[in-house]
Amino acid sequence: MKQNHQMSAPLRRAIDFLKTYDGPEVRIMEVCGTHTHEIFKQGIRQLLSPKITLISGPGCPVCVTPAGYIDRAVALALDHGVTVCTFGDLMRVPGTEMSLSMARGRGGDVRVVYAPEDAEKLAAEHPEKPFAFLSVGFETTTPSSCLAVDHAIRDGLDNFTLLTANKTMPAAYEAMKNSTDLFLYPGHVHAITGLADVKKMQQEGVSGVVAGFTAGELITALAIAVKKYGEGVPFYVNAYPRVVTDEGSPEAKQLVAKYMEPCDAWWRGIGMLPDSGMRLKKAYARFDAAERYALPEGNGKDNPGCHCGDVLQGRCRPEDCPLFGTVCTPVHPTGACMVSSEGACSAYYLYGGEK
Amino acid sequence: MEALPEQITLAHGAGGKQTSALIHQIFERHFKNSLLTADDAAVLPRPGHQIAMSTDGFVVSPAFFPGGNIGELSICGTVNDLSCMGAKPLYLTCSFIIEEGLEVSKLDRIAASMAETAEKAGAVLVAGDTKVVGKGQADQVFITTTGVGEIVSQNPLSGAKAAPGDAVLVTGDVGRHGCAVLLSRDEYGIDAHVESDCAPLWKPVSAALKAAPDLHVIRDATRGGVGTVLYEIAHQSHVGIRLHSDAIPVDPSVAGVCGMLGLEPLYLACEGRMVMIVPKEEAGAIIDALSVFPDTQGICQIGEVTAEEPERVIMETEIGTQTYLPEPGTELLPRIC
Ligand code: SF4
Repeated sequence: MKQNHQMSAPLRRAIDFLKTYDGPEVRIMEVCGTHTHEIFKQGIRQLLSPKITLISGPGCPVCVTPAGYIDRAVALALDHGVTVCTFGDLMRVPGTEMSLSMARGRGGDVRVVYAPEDAEKLAAEHPEKPFAFLSVGFETTTPSSCLAVDHAIRDGLDNFTLLTANKTMPAAYEAMKNSTDLFLYPGHVHAITGLADVKKMQQEGVSGVVAGFTAGELITALAIAVKKYGEGVPFYVNAYPRVVTDEGSPEAKQLVAKYMEPCDAWWRGIGMLPDSGMRLKKAYARFDAAERYALPEGNGKDNPGCHCGDVLQGRCRPEDCPLFGTVCTPVHPTGACMVSSEGACSAYYLYGGEK
Repeated sequence: MEALPEQITLAHGAGGKQTSALIHQIFERHFKNSLLTADDAAVLPRPGHQIAMSTDGFVVSPAFFPGGNIGELSICGTVNDLSCMGAKPLYLTCSFIIEEGLEVSKLDRIAASMAETAEKAGAVLVAGDTKVVGKGQADQVFITTTGVGEIVSQNPLSGAKAAPGDAVLVTGDVGRHGCAVLLSRDEYGIDAHVESDCAPLWKPVSAALKAAPDLHVIRDATRGGVGTVLYEIAHQSHVGIRLHSDAIPVDPSVAGVCGMLGLEPLYLACEGRMVMIVPKEEAGAIIDALSVFPDTQGICQIGEVTAEEPERVIMETEIGTQTYLPEPGTELLPRIC
């Protein structure tokens, strides 16, 4: 049987380095949920010497979406008769009273789509019905929400809106910088934004490495991070140059700047982070579901037993939550970190935690 | 005899002239054999050994997908279920629930591929039933097939017979059917061509039974895919299963689509793949015997049965770590970023 034959020499060296590392203790936070998922799926934590600790950060858009947002989406479907279009992950996130899948069970028209443009297309095909797309996500997904609005304008639609809860990663870096020694920055986000934010973090004395998503890319990035950390000088390295450039994607940035502006945003489990969200500009208020249907503000109520906030901030591990694996499982999630495949609790649950 | 119009109407299910026109011109024409008569039940020669019987309903949407259609699927499903028990498929019955408005040409294609697939498996269709329901009460056509087979394996096969040290084989690349159906629903805007692996597998299975008389388990990896089957076997036999991720065959297009949607190919349905668990010494003989059949030429060993960690499936990754394969049962939700 084939076994580990294809591993390249540099990768093997990186693994050996991480396994035998004996320098100062270092904590590394992977901010991004996709990283968290891949790290567990590939068993990367098993390759790290006891001196290296990985912390799962708040970078899963589903996990940081507050219950109050789900409440507003439920209200759109049940009270305002709007067809709510969403990514599948959000369906089972608990709101204060119910999740979107429960709202669908009560007769709400809630549909799973795979891109904001699909929701826009549905709206174009059914001019008689109002549609709202649940626009959550970081820099990677925000441009496609803006593109959907762009198309709605092109198609002259008056029945398409976004319910925005878009967030930006640098706010998470700021909020989390005291919880970790260095960051594993998400490659997808910086493919859009470029490297300005990570340079700024370095100037503030915070180090990190931009990482890709395969096992090899993650291991390489970790080895670089640990090695540089030993030098004791704040640094940043782009370990994903195949995809991430200095300036990022100007088209995507322009598109977002045209339709959206920064705003304060509430992160589930963390609280209010100034300027960490994106909302539609006033000029496009007619595409803003919260404006159009005068949806009440509010952050909703989380299950009081849930430790999601601590998990999201790397203050405790999922197993430390008393609900983990008993009350809270992927089939019956209590907290958002268990719903999304990118949530830390779900990754621990699915892949058996630290094997 | 009444000529058939282009589309099925409720009258085709009413039992009169139009029903008999449908039966003669579609089903009898395709399924013709000496046991299929116009009487109320088929009279069948009794097989010499124990018989196995299985039934399954098919409601796949869309009814036609790259690499097959619901008719072919309805035969493969039942024939393969019998095969997994070491039973040679002999007789099949089929029941159709047809939505008013279905094009007759589609029904004709479905029936033709059923006949062809049954023939490939060595079985005959001996009886059937047709109901037509109003528009919206079904999705084009639903088919239920029932099959009777004759147990020919010396040794009873069972999911409870996996033993530590056994080899775990899969008869080809995984997840193709599930992926083909997902893509043909056209909700994803993904431009990839993946064909279903849909195939009746009695002939390769019978070759396997000859090559390895001590075969322990055969399971077809339909709904829930290979991952679900492996967990079922691990539970039933109270053993652990260790997989080698770089040995698991996945078509590159399937891998690409799964990567984009955040799905695990091991949990996507197959309709022409068997998981076989066999004493280590017999693995080579099975691989040689099945490599000559077009539908199982991709057979390979993907892991082994272990005594450690009973009831868990462990994945050895390409970077030399070990993780658990997630337990089945959590919904496969496409990821958000
Ligand atoms: S186990 Fe569930 S309730 Fe506990 S922190 Fe995780 S998601 Fe929240």
